[in-house]
Formats: sequence, structure tokens, C-alpha cells
Amino acid sequence: MTSRTQIRDQSAYFPTEQEYDGLLRKRTRRALVTQGLLMLALIVAVVALITLLLTIINDSFGLVAQVNQVEPEEIVASAGYDPAEVAFGDLSKDELITVLQSGVSNNVGRRLERDQRFYEDRLVFETQEKWDEVCASSEPPAGCAGGSRDQSNLLLLVQERIVEPDIVATATLWQSVSNASAFENAVQTSFAENPDRYGDYTYDQVRYQWRAWFSWTFVTSPASATPETAGISTAILGSLWLVVVTILFAVPVGVGAAIYLEEFAKPNRVNDFIQTNINNLAGVPSIIYGMLGLAIFVRAFEPITSGSIFGADAANGRTVLSAGLTLGVLTLPVVIISAQEAIRAVPNSLRQAGMGLGATRWQTVRSQVLPIALPGVLTGVILAVARAIGETAPLILVGAAGFITTSPSGPFSQFTALPIQIFQWTALPQEEWRHLAAAASLALLVLLLILNSGAVILRNRYSRRMQ
Amino acid sequence: MTNETPERAGVDTAWRNESHTDLEADFPSPDEIPHHQATRDEEAEAPGVLETVNMDVFYGDFKAVADVSLNFATNRISALIGPSGCGKSTVLRSLNRMNDLIPTAHTAGEVRYHGANIYAPGVDPVEIRRHIGMVFQKPNPFPKSIFDNIAWGAKINGFKGSKADMNDLVEDTLRHAALWDEVKDKLKDSGLSLSGGQQQRLCIARAIATQPDVILMDEPCSALDPIATLRIEELMIQLKEEYSIIIVTHNMQQAARVSDKTAFFNVALDTKGQRTGHLVEFTPTDELFTTPREKATEDYITGRFG
Repeated sequence: MTSRTQIRDQSAYFPTEQEYDGLLRKRTRRALVTQGLLMLALIVAVVALITLLLTIINDSFGLVAQVNQVEPEEIVASAGYDPAEVAFGDLSKDELITVLQSGVSNNVGRRLERDQRFYEDRLVFETQEKWDEVCASSEPPAGCAGGSRDQSNLLLLVQERIVEPDIVATATLWQSVSNASAFENAVQTSFAENPDRYGDYTYDQVRYQWRAWFSWTFVTSPASATPETAGISTAILGSLWLVVVTILFAVPVGVGAAIYLEEFAKPNRVNDFIQTNINNLAGVPSIIYGMLGLAIFVRAFEPITSGSIFGADAANGRTVLSAGLTLGVLTLPVVIISAQEAIRAVPNSLRQAGMGLGATRWQTVRSQVLPIALPGVLTGVILAVARAIGETAPLILVGAAGFITTSPSGPFSQFTALPIQIFQWTALPQEEWRHLAAAASLALLVLLLILNSGAVILRNRYSRRMQ
Repeated sequence: MTNETPERAGVDTAWRNESHTDLEADFPSPDEIPHHQATRDEEAEAPGVLETVNMDVFYGDFKAVADVSLNFATNRISALIGPSGCGKSTVLRSLNRMNDLIPTAHTAGEVRYHGANIYAPGVDPVEIRRHIGMVFQKPNPFPKSIFDNIAWGAKINGFKGSKADMNDLVEDTLRHAALWDEVKDKLKDSGLSLSGGQQQRLCIARAIATQPDVILMDEPCSALDPIATLRIEELMIQLKEEYSIIIVTHNMQQAARVSDKTAFFNVALDTKGQRTGHLVEFTPTDELFTTPREKATEDYITGRFG
């Protein structure tokens, strides 16, 4: 305020008008190049994702060369129709049952009937006497509960038991669409050159047919040893059970820990140490969590995880509960860190406003902070579930069953999961399994999409209500 | 608040019984709130509603303000002015223990509310803040409906009334804050849908909904335009009938317009080179702006500061 500072002439240090024009062009060019590089990065990412998706879809559909034990036309003819006029799928339920009766052994027929009856009012393979006896036993089969098979179910049964297609060669979607005759020629050549490989089959028996490896039947059928009938309903249910257990464990524990760390913990050495460790745990390989799960949940907590103290009769701790808890611990760091970030993003002015009104810390957090943090917390949960549902390594360690055909029914069931199923199918030599693995991958992606959309809808509804 | 009953043993609780509106009955009675019993300092001369006695505030090892002794009178507007960094906001936040929210902050000396030290061991800051409300620099309504902005403070403090009583409380409070006519048809709208000035009046309404008797205002108009500022100032003058108001402001004209008494704070370098704030003087406002007692005050109010 006392004396004015002398302002020196600095203009010599700035570029002249001409120099400035050149510099500006250079700067503009550099900005354009940078923008191009950034766009390139995006393109690389998008191309990688599309390639992945196309590879999976390419293997999920396509032509197959198959040999039928009995041709569908023969079945139609045996039912007394002209195969040229009536399609196999148009046969009535009664006609299909007749076909089945003449084509399968009495033992197989009885087993099928015990799974589900053919008619509500009469028995086909069983005698009434034996049926009553079986249904009166301590563990009556599913068929005793009532309900009968419909025409589409019988069509599948006849396909599986009578037609019994055996796939001898497969083509990808691209091969099938672009050059189907090349595939047919290749099969023909292969038959001519290596007849031994095909056993008793001759090329005349080969039928070409479209097959959607990824189909509703595939999604709803249980696992099977034959690729023609194998499905993934067991694995989907297993994955869903795992997700439920994982969420039930990781969300309350993770969000609780995040609230404590953000709102209540004082910044001291112990809490800093815990925070650093949580951040590091997010990067620990999942197989380590599998080892932890095996040692703790499967072995040490066996009485709990096998359900034996609750009266369940699981043989060991390799259950849905163990695996779900393992995945829960695995996703915990992700849930904690993202919930912490969401809570931290809530403006401090709201906390001050709440506390300034005489609210306790918890009242403020509960009513003012958490509702605003919730969409962010849900984003973290989505990420965690996406990670959990795709995990394979820890599940192998905690003992996901390789091959089970019974769906998990509760936390103490044995289970398998989609990634496990995919992993096992890719390890098998026949090419049919490769297509099934691709179809199962597609199912995994769809499942993930459904779960995530659910969470996103929930999140959007909640954040709209907040405004 | 008078000294008509000096012989009462629990004089420090007398303020609890003073009722502003009939709705007081809907809040928990004094006996229902666990509270700290403190002996009253009988010697203080005409103690006001709030009083600081040799108060120092520290952030860690750093002493932000030193040795502040102030006596805030009941039903008056007291202004705290001073240059940036002089600790006037720190002093304000110490008056209802909002500074406790900063982990490193601590306070030495006493702050007496109706004679009882609010920093005495066993005093719960949560209870203090219900009676000494706060309005912040930036309007910070909750992202909820206007109705809920008012109702929440009452609810969490144990409001026992029916739904109709709550409606009455919200209406009375908004009328007090001169906001009712503007928002009565949109109580369900978000508090954030209001203009800045309306938001700040909503925050004032929210603060008085918990039946405090002191309201602290931390530069409440610094984010508002002149018209909105004027409305807040008018509101403050209305409110002092029922509440004691302490306001921090950067705007000397504002202090001159609204306050009855003004405290001037200044900042000084101590021996270790730290900037510590201190109280220069606390005098009736008209006196401070016309015949300041201290040279430093005169320099500041005439703009010759620094």
C-alpha cells in the first residue's frame, strides 16, 4: 500500500505474432494427434470385446453332421403317415408313446415313468401294484408327485432315446454360413480316408442339420455325459446360489466395514494399516482365496458348512455355503473400496448440517449419507458380483463338483458352477464339447447381463427417488 | 432469560423450560434427556446466553485462536469480524462443539452455555448442538423434500407429536423463517429446487425447528446476491426476538446493519512464526464503527489494514 511496484517490460519473452501463429498450429496438431490416439485406444478395446463375443457366438451355433440310429422319417412312417406330408414334430403324444414303447427296454421305460408319468390316469411301463409300492416307500421318486409329460417333452425323449443322434462332425457358424459344402466335402473326405474313426457308420447315414448349441433346451437340461443331451441347468442354479451367498456375506460386511472406516475410524496407525491391507487384498490372486476357503470354510468350519450341526446330511464341507463364503471374502475388498469411495463422495456439508441439528453421527450417516452413497455402493456390488460369478480357480480348490446332475437345493448342497462347467468341457477332446463350452460362455454372459441390469435398474430407481 | 430465580439449584437447566412455542411440549421433557449437571459460575456479571472464558482453540499443535473471552447477550445479534485467518469461524464452531468433528481440533478454557461449561467432561456435544443451532456459509439443504428438511431435525431429537403436530411444526417453522408463503404449495419438492436465498432460509428454518435458543451463522450470505442477503438480514432482525444470534461475516456493512455488538478479531505472528488469532475488542456495534477503542480496529474498518 505504501509504494507502487515497478512493473518491468516482459513482452520480449513472449512470441511475436508470427511465431505465435506457428506455435498455435503446432499445438492444434498435437491436440489432434492425441485425440486420435485416445480414440484408437477405445477402438482397440471395442474390437477386442467384439472379437470375444463373435468367437463365442461363432462356436455356439452351426451345422453338424450326425448319424441317427433311427431316422425321424422312419418313425413317422411307422406311425402310419407319409413322411413327405407329416413332420416328425407333428406326431401326437399317444403316437410318440407308442414309438417309445416299441423302442426302449422296459427297465428304461419304468425309470422314465418314475421321473414323470406319461398319463395322469394310467401307467405305461409300470404295473399298478409295483407303482403303489414304490410310491409308498420312504423316498418316493419324483413321478409319484403327479403331473404328466406333454408332447414336447415326449418329442425330446424320442429324440434322445430312439433317434439317438450321434454327432460325428461340427462346423462353426461362419463355416456353415459361408461355405457349407466345403464342410460337407471335408466330412466326406474324412469318411473316405479314415473309415475306422467312424466305427460302423458309413457316409450314407450322415445327415446334415442346423444345431443351436445355445438353446432353451441346453439352458434347462441338467449335465449329461453325452454332448447331444448335455445342458447347464445345474451349473446355472449353482452359480445363482453362489451369488446369493456371496451377496449375503459380502454386502453387509463390506458396507459395514466401509461405513466404519469412512465415518467412525480415527486416522491412526492401526486404521491406516487396515486400509492399506484392504487395498492390497483387492489384488491378491483368487487362487489364494481358494486356499483360504479350503483351509477355513471347507475344513475348519466343516460342521457348519456341511450343515451337520443343523441336521443337514451333506457328506463334507464342499458345499454352496463354503464356496459362497470364499467368493464373499474374495469380493470383500472390492465392495469395501467402492463403498468407501461412494461414502467419501457425499459432500461434507451434509454431515455438518446433520450433526449441527443435534443428530448423532450414526443418525446423520443413516439418514443423510447412506441414501446418497447407495447408488455408488450398488455399483461396487455389481462389480463384485460380476467378478464372483466368473471366478473359477477358488471354486476348483474348495471342491466344486465336476459332474453332478442334481440341482443344488440349498446352502448345504453339492454344486457346480458355470465357469467350472466351461473349464471342464474345454478340457475334453471331442469337438462337440468345445461348442457346448462356447454356448455355456454365452449363457454366463447373458446371466451376468441379467443380474447387472437388475442392479442397474435398482440403482437408477433409488437415485431418482433421491432427487 | 433473567435472574429472577438465582436461588434455584439447577439454574443451568432453566433454559430448557423456556418455551418458544407450544410445540415445546412435543419434545422430550428435560427429565427425559440425560444431561450434564454443572454448577453455575455465580460470579460472572450478567452472564449472557453464551460465554467464552479464556478459550484457546488448537488444530493439533497449532494454536488457531488464543485467549478469547466473550459474553454473548440473550436476544441480541452479535457479529464476529476480522481479516481472513483470524479464527472467527473457528471461534464460532467452538461455540456448539462443531469443531469436535475435526479430529485434531481441541479447545482449552471454557465455553459456558447458561453458565454451564459445554466442554466439561460428560457433556454430550449432540445435546449442545440441538440447543445451539448452526447455519453454514453455503446453503446445504438435505437432498430431500422441503417438508423432510424441517421435520428430520425434530424427528431425530425425539419429536413425540402426531402427524398433524408435525405439519404444524413445519408450518410454524417456515413462517418463522419467512419462507412459508413461497413454499407452502410445494412442500413435497426437493429442498434443492429452491433458489440460493430460499435454500439459506430453509436452512435457517431447519435450524430453528429443533427449538434452539442460540443460532450460529457462519457467513450465511456470502454465497447470495444482494436481494437475498437483504431478506436474510431482515429475517435475522425478526428472529432475535426469540433467539440469540451470533454471526460471522466478512461484510462490515452487514455487521453494522444487523448486529448489536461486534467482536473484532485480528491475527498476530507468535514467536514461532505461527499465525494465531486473538480478540481485539468486543463493543456495541455503533461504537465500534464510529469510535473504535483500538488502533487495529480503526485500521481494519477504514480499510487501512495490512
